[in-house]
Amino acid sequence: MSTATALRSRHLLGIDGLEPDEIDLILETASAMKEVGARPIKKVPTLRGRTIINLFFEPSTRTRMSFELAEKRLSADTLGMTVAGSSVSKGETLLDTARNLEAMSPDMIVVRHASSGAAHQLARICHASIINAGDGMHEHPTQALLDAFTMKERKGRLAGLKVAIVGDLVHSRVFRSNALLLTRMGAEVRACGPATLMPCGLDQLGVRATCQMNEAIDGADVVMMLRVQHERMQGLFLPSLREYFALFGLTAERLRHAAPDVIVMHPGPMNRGVEIDSEVADGRWSVILDQVANGVAVRMAVLYLLAGEGESSEK
Amino acid sequence: MPVVMDGDRVSRSITRIAHEIVERNRGVADLALIGIRARGVPIATRIARELKVLTSVDVPIGALDITLYRDDLRRHAVGPQPVIRSTDIPFSLDDRLILLVDDVLYTGRTIRAALDALIDFGRPRAIQLVALVDRGHRELPIRADYVGRNIPTARHQSVQVRLAEIDGRDEVEVEG
Repeated sequence: MSTATALRSRHLLGIDGLEPDEIDLILETASAMKEVGARPIKKVPTLRGRTIINLFFEPSTRTRMSFELAEKRLSADTLGMTVAGSSVSKGETLLDTARNLEAMSPDMIVVRHASSGAAHQLARICHASIINAGDGMHEHPTQALLDAFTMKERKGRLAGLKVAIVGDLVHSRVFRSNALLLTRMGAEVRACGPATLMPCGLDQLGVRATCQMNEAIDGADVVMMLRVQHERMQGLFLPSLREYFALFGLTAERLRHAAPDVIVMHPGPMNRGVEIDSEVADGRWSVILDQVANGVAVRMAVLYLLAGEGESSEK
Repeated sequence: MPVVMDGDRVSRSITRIAHEIVERNRGVADLALIGIRARGVPIATRIARELKVLTSVDVPIGALDITLYRDDLRRHAVGPQPVIRSTDIPFSLDDRLILLVDDVLYTGRTIRAALDALIDFGRPRAIQLVALVDRGHRELPIRADYVGRNIPTARHQSVQVRLAEIDGRDEVEVEG
């Protein structure tokens, strides 16, 4: 089906820049990778002898563990770095950290950073392939890819799906990457949240914006709830969390407006009782744990496909 | 370029291989077929059909993609990674006699990768190798237990196996 047999870039910096056939290639490779996770020995020798550095400047549980597991299942050698206990806490800049790590000749660097554009900056100076694991409010491409994989697995397609994305959109790299990917693949994306948390430029993205939860959910095949990112706001955006839940929280009652076989997604970490009711998070609609499981397969696919671009010493 | 096996010859070879399998193993107890993608899979399926005719037993069939076990991934200095297809082995390998099936046996490196993969899936009692064509030029100490036809070739030539299930017709051609 897909016509691409390789990714065109040796980095994965965002969904922006990926063509639909490259997205298809990643999703198809991920289904083959998912089978590896079902084997008695969940490890293949594919990336033996490759070194991958996981550079996490922001806290992360799911994404970091998921990348580490993906790397280990492909037999790569992995090193992890968190900010606490590293020279970053002693004042080293991102670029100096990167240059020093680069001197150790890694094949790939997986980077998460609070600044938008951090991965792009590394890609300009590093020989290693750079994988963006979340940069500020910009992009989180592997999350969007695993969300798309989960939707495709459940619904059999992306084109024509009605997807409501609800929550704190302005701070959300997950929203941005998902909106780019889903519109590119022909899905209908509706964005919903408080006016103070809506980004500009939704029209250019091809996304319909609404502040009415019921309007966003009406007939939706997928409802994706995003986390209220307390750490990125200082009390100016929302009057109270209780009011937020009353207007934008996902409850079983509200879900009745969606398609009968609607699936509910959340990239985690969830704030139960803020953006999502426990009854929904744990209910039959929820594919939240499938998202986590699929994340490993999708990241294996990305690592495998980027590894095709040759030795780190070559341009 | 010469067609070295036509459709009839391909079918006769597969039928003969099925007979040899039954004779050598004194039946088909504990047997399972695993085809290497892509063209090993339809050959395995056809052998299973012949075995069913001979013994009335349904021998289980699996499909193996060996891409993740290849030893030449780093040799493509620049260029696309091979596309990975799915592996589907719906039975346990433990204590079974596995018939590993491929279309062309050449350097032996594909078979080496397949053996590594199979051993990660379990501990078969034994593994036997079936190849529709053996074209020589081995680089590893590997040989087939059942061969459809030995075809002497030069290294610069290529051997194309075409099967109705994938290519619309059965034939083996030597090119170059």
